[in-house]
This record gives sequence, C-alpha cells and structure tokens, in this order.
Amino acid sequence: MTLTQAEPHVMAADSGMILSGAEIVVQALLDEGVELVFGYPGGSVLHIYDALFKRGGVRHILVRHEQGAAHAADGYARATGKCGVCLVTSGPGATNAVTGIATAYMDSIPLVVLTGQVPTPVIGSDAFQEVDTVGITRPCVKHNFLVKDVRDLAVTIRKAFHIATTGRPGPVVVDIPKDVTDPNIKIPYHYPREIRLRSYNPVEKGHPGQIRKAVDLMLQATRPVFYTGGGVVLGEGSAQLTELVRTSGFPITSTLMGLGAFPSTDNQFLGMLGMHGTYEANMAMHEADLLIAVGARFDDRVTGKIADFCPQAKIIHIDVDPSSISKNVRVDVPIVGQVAGVLTDMLRLYQTQKPQPDPSPVADWWAKIADWRRLDCLHYDRASAAIKPQFAVETLYNVTNGELYLTSDVGQHQMFAAQFYPFTKPRRWINSGGLGTMGFGLPAAMGVQLAFPDAQVACVSGEASILMCIQELATCKQYSLPIKVILLNNGYMGMVRQWQELFYESRYSHSYVDALPDFVKLAESFGHIGMRVDQPADLEGAMREAFALKDRFVFLDVVVDPTENVYPMIVAGKGHHEMHLSPSLTERELA
Amino acid sequence: MRHIIAVLLENEAGALSRVAGLFSARGYNIESLTVAPTDDPTLSRMTLVTTGSEEIVEQIKKQLNKLIDTVKLLDLSDGPHIEREMMMIKVRAERPDREELKRLTEIFRAKIIDVTETSYVIELTGASKKLDAFIDAVPEGLLIEVVRSGPTGITRGEKGLTL
Repeated sequence: MTLTQAEPHVMAADSGMILSGAEIVVQALLDEGVELVFGYPGGSVLHIYDALFKRGGVRHILVRHEQGAAHAADGYARATGKCGVCLVTSGPGATNAVTGIATAYMDSIPLVVLTGQVPTPVIGSDAFQEVDTVGITRPCVKHNFLVKDVRDLAVTIRKAFHIATTGRPGPVVVDIPKDVTDPNIKIPYHYPREIRLRSYNPVEKGHPGQIRKAVDLMLQATRPVFYTGGGVVLGEGSAQLTELVRTSGFPITSTLMGLGAFPSTDNQFLGMLGMHGTYEANMAMHEADLLIAVGARFDDRVTGKIADFCPQAKIIHIDVDPSSISKNVRVDVPIVGQVAGVLTDMLRLYQTQKPQPDPSPVADWWAKIADWRRLDCLHYDRASAAIKPQFAVETLYNVTNGELYLTSDVGQHQMFAAQFYPFTKPRRWINSGGLGTMGFGLPAAMGVQLAFPDAQVACVSGEASILMCIQELATCKQYSLPIKVILLNNGYMGMVRQWQELFYESRYSHSYVDALPDFVKLAESFGHIGMRVDQPADLEGAMREAFALKDRFVFLDVVVDPTENVYPMIVAGKGHHEMHLSPSLTERELA
Repeated sequence: MRHIIAVLLENEAGALSRVAGLFSARGYNIESLTVAPTDDPTLSRMTLVTTGSEEIVEQIKKQLNKLIDTVKLLDLSDGPHIEREMMMIKVRAERPDREELKRLTEIFRAKIIDVTETSYVIELTGASKKLDAFIDAVPEGLLIEVVRSGPTGITRGEKGLTL
C-alpha cells in the first residue's frame, strides 16, 4: 500500500523522494546534518536499522548499553555545541536510556533521542518490550512526542531538533511505533527547513531597560563579583564574558558547569564557588555588594543556606530561561535573553560610559581578596608517600599542557579535577553536574573523541564510577578510540566515605568497594593497554607514556591515598562563610 | 493566596498529563483543574486553581509557560474576572422534605433536573462559595452525592484570552 494523500505541510514535495517511515528517519537525520548516531538495535527499531544499512550516510556508533548511547551523545553535544542523537529500541532500550536523558536534562544539553515503540495497534496492551516511554520520560525531557502517523514523522523530527537546540537547550524524545516505520508504506518526503511553533518562542534579546539598570549597578559597585555558570558555555558567551570581565576588572567565580568559560589561569578568576569552592570565591560571594549571575541557576550546591546567601549583594541575573530567575533566590535585576547578546549589549554600554568608571573602590576589594587568597585553601600534603589525588590531577594538567578534553564521573575525583585542572576554554570540562550520574565519564569521552578524533581526550574517574558503564570499553575498542582513563583508585566510594567520616562518625557503611577487578587485566581483556602506578615518583612518567600512545586506549590505574578528602567544604545547609578547611591547612596555619 | 489561572494549550494527547505532572513533580498545590477543547479545535482551555506564596505562584506560571504545549496563560486573579462552577447534587427527597428542598432550589436559583419518588438531582451554577453555601443549607442527613466541575473563569471587559 502506498499512501499518497498527505497533509499540506508535508505535501510540498520539493525533495521528490518517496520514502518509508524508516527511510524518513534516516533522511531527516541527513537533512539535519547529523554526523553521528549513538545506538543499539532491537525489535521495534529494526526497520530503521535496515534503512541505516541500505541508505547509509549516517555514521552509527554501536554502544554496549543504551545508557552509554545517551551519555555518548551528551558528551558529543557538550564538546561540539551541536545536538547529540541516539537511537534505541522500545521497552528496556528506552528505560536504559532514561538515566542518560535525565543527565542531559539537568545540565540543559541538546539531545534528540529516537526510541522505538511497539506497533500502534498494540500500544496499551502490555505487548512485548512495551513501556510508556512518553510517560516515563516526561519529567526529564524538554519535550517529547509519540508519532502515530508516518505523515507526521519528518515534521516531528524537525520540531524535535528545533526544540532541543533553541532557548534553554534540552533533550527531546521522539517515540516511533514500529508500524510507522513500515518499509512497505511510502509517502512523499519533505523536510521543512524552518519551523515555527506558536506555543514556543524563546526570548532572544535582553530588555534594554534592564541592561541599563544592570550597568548602572556595575558602575556603583565597590565589591562586585561575577558568578557564572553552564549557561555561558551553552550560550556560546565565553568571549563576551571574558571581555566584559576584563574590561570591568571585576573578580569572577564559576560554578562546576561553567568552568572554562573564563580562563581559570587568569588572575581575575577566584576559582570555583560553592560546596567545594575556594575560600576566596565563597568569601567574595559572602561579602559582595553586587552579584552578576550569568547563565547560572543558584543550585543548592552553590548557594548553601539561602538565608545566608550573599547577604549584602544586589543581584543581577542573566538567563535564557525565565523560570530560572528568582526560583531559589530573589534577584534585583532579572534579564531574560541569550547570554552572548546580553553581555555584548552590557559591554557596549559599559564602554561608552562617560566618565569611565573609577577603578579605585574595586582596588580595595581586590586587596581583601588577596588576603583570602593567601590562605592557599587548596593546599595539600605534597610530601605524601602515597599518591594524593590532587597531585594526580596536577600532574595530568602538566603532562597535557592544559589542553585536554576532560570528562569525569561523579564524586571526589570530579571535585579534584574541577579544583586542580584549570580549564582555559569552554567545552573542555565535561561532567554530570546537575544529576550527578556515576558512569557518565567513559561514554561521554567516547562522544568527545568521536567528535574530535585528533584531540587528547581523557576521563578522570573513580573505581566505583567507572564500573557503572565499564561495558563501553568494548565500544572504545571497536572504534579505536584513543581515550585515556585516569582512574583515581582509592578503594572507596570516596565522596560517600568522606560524608560518612564527617557526619556519621566514620561508620563506613557499604562504601568500601571490595572485590575490585584487576583494572590492568580488565583493560587488556578488552584489547586495550592497562597500566598501574602507586608511587608519586612514577606518576608523571606513566602519564607521559600513556599520552604518547596516541592511537591506543590506555587505562591508567592510579592508586591514591584512600583517606584524602575534598576541601574546602561547606556542609549542606550552611552559609558561604562557614567553610571547613583541610586539616593539613589548619596544622600548617598553627605551625 | 488563591489564584485562578487560565491556560490555552495545544489540544494534543498528553498535554493534560504534562500539566498534572508538573504540579506533582514540583510539589505545587492544585485545588482544581478543568479542561475542554475551545471553539478552535486545535486548542484546549484549562482553568486551574492553586494556592501558594507570591513567589511560588510566580514560579507556577513560569513553569506552565515553559511547557512546550502552553500557547498562552493568564492569571485571572490579576484583574476583574468572573468565576463559575457547576454542581450537581443528589439529595434524599421524601414527602416531608420535598417542599423545603424546592424552596431552597428557588432561593439559590438552582434547577431540579431529576426527580424520583425518593430523590432529586439539583443543578446549580455559580461562584464556588455559593455552591458551598447551598451544600451547607441542605438539611442534615439528606445529602446523597455531590459532583462539582471545579471553577472556570473569564476576564471582565472586551479583552479576551485568545490567540
């Protein structure tokens, strides 16, 4: 049977192609300019996989678990700024992808996830591998669709890409029942280039009146600080931010997600803020009289106790998502708009100011900051006989000249990486900030390496996190991905152990990771190179050797001090000025 | 504070569950929710009543607006508006009580729309408070069943919530 009657918007058959639903999926991806699809086949998507085989043109990466597909597409999206795409089957294929979808949702990463579904006539009958994918994913997607008619397929895929990549980005699921991809039902194909949705109009430009107010506040401030987040990276506002920060001469701190948007090596950068932020960043927040929040969402890991948050500051908040504004913290000057454009407008206004702002009040502020910096809050024991995790990350930085694309999993190693690897470019630091998904790092690194085959890509991980998506070692082998895994192996779920030590009187309930595999042999069994170091003196050599193996995946098992904790630390529910500092620091101070 | 919010939604499968899911996921109060297609069959109109501090209600409106299926939203509580709710109430109506119930129906400008030897069904439309008052006025022990639609509303004056 061939359907010839189509709705007007699909009828404009300028392509001249008559395609099946399965072929439409593939052709739409081509028309969308998709380079890579991460996926795993199964019953409900077999028609699509057959079309992929026959039509070609789209590079498909076969992962080993659907969670890996979503994380890999996510890593690809974070590193490139393009939309990540994955393709999974119905039922368990879709549910396995959910953790990855939720991870992308929490960090506002553009993904289009194509899920197979059982044929429309049996939806709702508890058919084999049936699950209500639209229902399950609803709370963790920007939007989702169930396509019930092949004539809606092309336009729905276009809508999905449009929604995923515009405004505040996010994952979009397109659930496609098997009969909609029937190879025997063919219709004229048209892929709409432009799409307009009457119910979806993201704000682009910031309001000039609000921008004026913000610049006026900047001109009056004596203790200002920029607080910037992942929105600057996502909104491609790094250059504009850097220029405004340098022009104003104000200090800047960043969230975990914003690292790299402003060069971390710059003297104006105070380091990360929040729960494991630096002393100087958190103290600056606490004493500031003006906070310029850019693309940040006042997350609880950043604010600590809301009542004690920036008690003296007026707050400017620039964000593309109106619902981010005054959600957790009431702000004085909200500016809704694309970060890059708003920052450009602010800079123009700031620069044309006559007379030019007087830098002297801010000079006093910098003197205060210099005092806080003198504490050297990231101090650790460099003479330790065991490898300190901080030392491992510092060595990684030195060996790679700060040029890495670095992914991470979740826990202590993630915080050490954020504190000790100064990122100087956006999209280089790739980690699960919002959802905190262990298992993210390795598949995300695959997405990054596939996007940039010649770049140095590493995943810093822990022995607990890495095991959560360890199956992807096979994917890395199949596609010869020369990723370097830097495993900070302390035998514990380090962050859990840290909390148990500090808040549960050292009752280490189930945080010791017993029966660990021999990671060297494990890597070798997948066809990779495994290495182990346990002496500080051997570390740099081992890392240099690993990175010299340009064409090989190397798994470097670094045995680190199991008792090291991440400091400074603000206990959940405390204010920025109530930081716990490293015991090593306290001893040094006393001495 | 109580707010009554009108939302024009794309008349798509799942639009209602997105709204309901939003309220449960974010822990917002929802007192009532009514929804039906409008004169434009591609649009549904939803009226929901919620309570919360000004900050919470502001967030509720922003989050509703953020839903891709939301076309337009208006907080009717922001200006002069009219609210109406419909109720059908089934009461025991045996001989000694029938006159009293009929009088009550007249006083409230309600209508008896079903009659049996032992019962009435009374229909009443009005502001929610009027409906409450009617229920309170029904003599003790006669109430069998109450069905309420939840309030719906419209602004006063010539401006409308349309596309």
